[in-house]
Amino acid sequence: MAVTIDNSPDTVAPAESTFRKLTQRSIAWLQAGPMMLVFALFFLLPLVLVVVVSAWDYNEYEMIPAFSFRGYTDTFEGCVANLPELCTILKTYLKTLKLCLLTWGLTLMIGFWVAYFLAFHVRSKTWQIVLSLLCTIPFWTSNVIRMIAWIPLLGRNGLVNQGLQGVGIVNKPIEWLLFSEFSVVLALVHLFTFFMVVPIFNSMIRIDKRLIEAAYDAGASGWQTLVNIVIPLSKPGIVIGSIFVITIVMGDFVTVGVMGGQQIASAGKIIESRLSALQFPAAAANAVILLGITIIIISALTRIVDVRKEL
Amino acid sequence: MTDRSKTTSISRRSLLKGAAGVAGLAGSGTLLSAPYVHAADAKVLRYLGTAVNEGDEISKKCLADTGIKIEYITATTDDVTKRVITQPNSFDVLDTEYFSLKKLVPSGNIFPLDARKIKEFDNITPVFTKGELPNGKKIGGQGTAPWKVLYLDGANSKTFSATPTEWVTLIPTVYNADTLGIRPDLIKRPINSWAELLNPEFKGKASILNIPSIGIMDAALVVEATGQYKYADKGNMTKAEIDLTMKVLTEAKKAGQFRAFWKDFNESVNLMASGETVIQSMWSPAVTKVRSMGIPCVFQPLKEGYRSWASGFCVSKAVGGSPKLDWAYEFVNWYLSGWAGAYLNRQGYYSAVLSTAKANMTEDEWGYWMEGKPAKNDIKAPDGTLMEKAGAVRDGGSYEDRMGNVVCWNAVMDENDYMVRKWNEFIAA
Repeated sequence: MAVTIDNSPDTVAPAESTFRKLTQRSIAWLQAGPMMLVFALFFLLPLVLVVVVSAWDYNEYEMIPAFSFRGYTDTFEGCVANLPELCTILKTYLKTLKLCLLTWGLTLMIGFWVAYFLAFHVRSKTWQIVLSLLCTIPFWTSNVIRMIAWIPLLGRNGLVNQGLQGVGIVNKPIEWLLFSEFSVVLALVHLFTFFMVVPIFNSMIRIDKRLIEAAYDAGASGWQTLVNIVIPLSKPGIVIGSIFVITIVMGDFVTVGVMGGQQIASAGKIIESRLSALQFPAAAANAVILLGITIIIISALTRIVDVRKEL
Repeated sequence: MTDRSKTTSISRRSLLKGAAGVAGLAGSGTLLSAPYVHAADAKVLRYLGTAVNEGDEISKKCLADTGIKIEYITATTDDVTKRVITQPNSFDVLDTEYFSLKKLVPSGNIFPLDARKIKEFDNITPVFTKGELPNGKKIGGQGTAPWKVLYLDGANSKTFSATPTEWVTLIPTVYNADTLGIRPDLIKRPINSWAELLNPEFKGKASILNIPSIGIMDAALVVEATGQYKYADKGNMTKAEIDLTMKVLTEAKKAGQFRAFWKDFNESVNLMASGETVIQSMWSPAVTKVRSMGIPCVFQPLKEGYRSWASGFCVSKAVGGSPKLDWAYEFVNWYLSGWAGAYLNRQGYYSAVLSTAKANMTEDEWGYWMEGKPAKNDIKAPDGTLMEKAGAVRDGGSYEDRMGNVVCWNAVMDENDYMVRKWNEFIAA
């Protein structure tokens, strides 16, 4: 049976072989076609449109298809004139990057150890599945509800403040628990740690347990095993998780808005307020800038680890 | 059987109309008419607006009285405007605020209504048509006051008419006078000026709304109240005036005056009910909501006056020429005929036609909501829950006391683009 479907080059005539190669190639194109079409239609085309619109002019109620860099120049208004004080856009991006960095660091730390626990300490497959499903439970409700749930906890008259005052640790409510950078980062970490856990767990579960046994037999300490074996082999998961978290946090404006009491600027917030004012080209210009910065961060990350090679 | 008789009657009618003059087309004429019959049976209007005057009660009553089914499409004020500009075919009736008209009318996407077809048009309160109270007292007209944008030159005109014409941009429905909401139990002293919003005494306990065009007006009222500056028109500032106003706000923000900003009704209710803020910009029904939770909250009248807003109806340009236009007139006429007006009055808003609303309210209700009299009986919300006990007096008193003290109206400034950029700077500060 195996012989009849064998198509090694020496058993077929040269002409037939080229023909076969061609059909194989066209079949490959056909197979990739639908995805390419969807990708072009729903990703590339809108992206091109955003870039095009970002270079249009606008007024109160319409976009004017005339070439204008107003969206960009307005965005960077006062950046040179106000030096050394930072202009709005730079301040906003620094704040966004700061929130992003803090969230990334914390989700990575927490996510790594949760994944480590699931992968190496939970022995049975069933329990691994049960526990990772447990991690998804918070995702059964909407983002906004999970955020709002923090408010009665952290507020001026919230549970935490009541508790602290009741025990006598503080004598007046702590104000920075809510509507502050603290509450924003807390909510972001709460919302997005799971996006770290899954890819890292996925990488760890593939690590050949014999490697760890070998390290152990060779006299490596737990720390040495972690640094020399587990972390390097989890790198693709770490990078993928980081990409998830960074792209989401860079564009997030709902969490920053709700948990920051609408007082903290973020790159997404600028886009939103431009859209609300019907200034679509200006919003598009800001979206292009945000996209550019996110791409730079992601490409730096993938430069450190070649995800495709590691997979 | 009924179906068949309907079809034949329609086919006869279309023959009479001459729509199917050629005998061979008679059959197809019937076919073409059939969907129209179904559409006419269920009169549906897609109603785009903010949630302010969208209520199940109103749509149910409207269906019972007129056979018109209202399908609500609810969005925030900003999103309503966005939708009118980008998707004018996605709605039939538009319920929006007068200040949005400066963006909507030039877009050509809305269709003005003909005042002659509005039965109660001449009874609409002079607040809208002349900028004065029924007793003749003039009202403050800073900002986008309704009477400045009420009329158009013609049905397809994109410019406002200064003098009355038959083409009305928005048939007025509901309006109110806004002021600050306070928590009297946490402030424990009388509040009577807009200046208190930025009083350091309330550091970390104040809030304003994060809708730039309205937030900056509240800030301007504070600036005037503290005597720092007097605006020619708070609703249409120059760039220098915007800079000044935002500077005052930014300094207050940096000093930690604000606890948070809010963008929708529920956020403002939560901030106030949880005691995170004790003084903030607020909307009347939000104050009512806090109070209905058993928490003291006052919609505080202030000596400098109120900032007002008003909304009304028009239709999408896509409706022009279709039977939906007739239903829209029927709906608007029903809306102004009294039942809906009384419903809105009982929520603390004001109806555009006072006489018809009055006929639908009890004397006691009218006295409490409109005349500033103490309630003789318990005041109930439209859903039947207890709102105020007998003896209560409305915050700010009568219609004349409240609307008579309006100093400015929600607005879109000529320098709106600049203002939005400055507002972003303020948020980033």
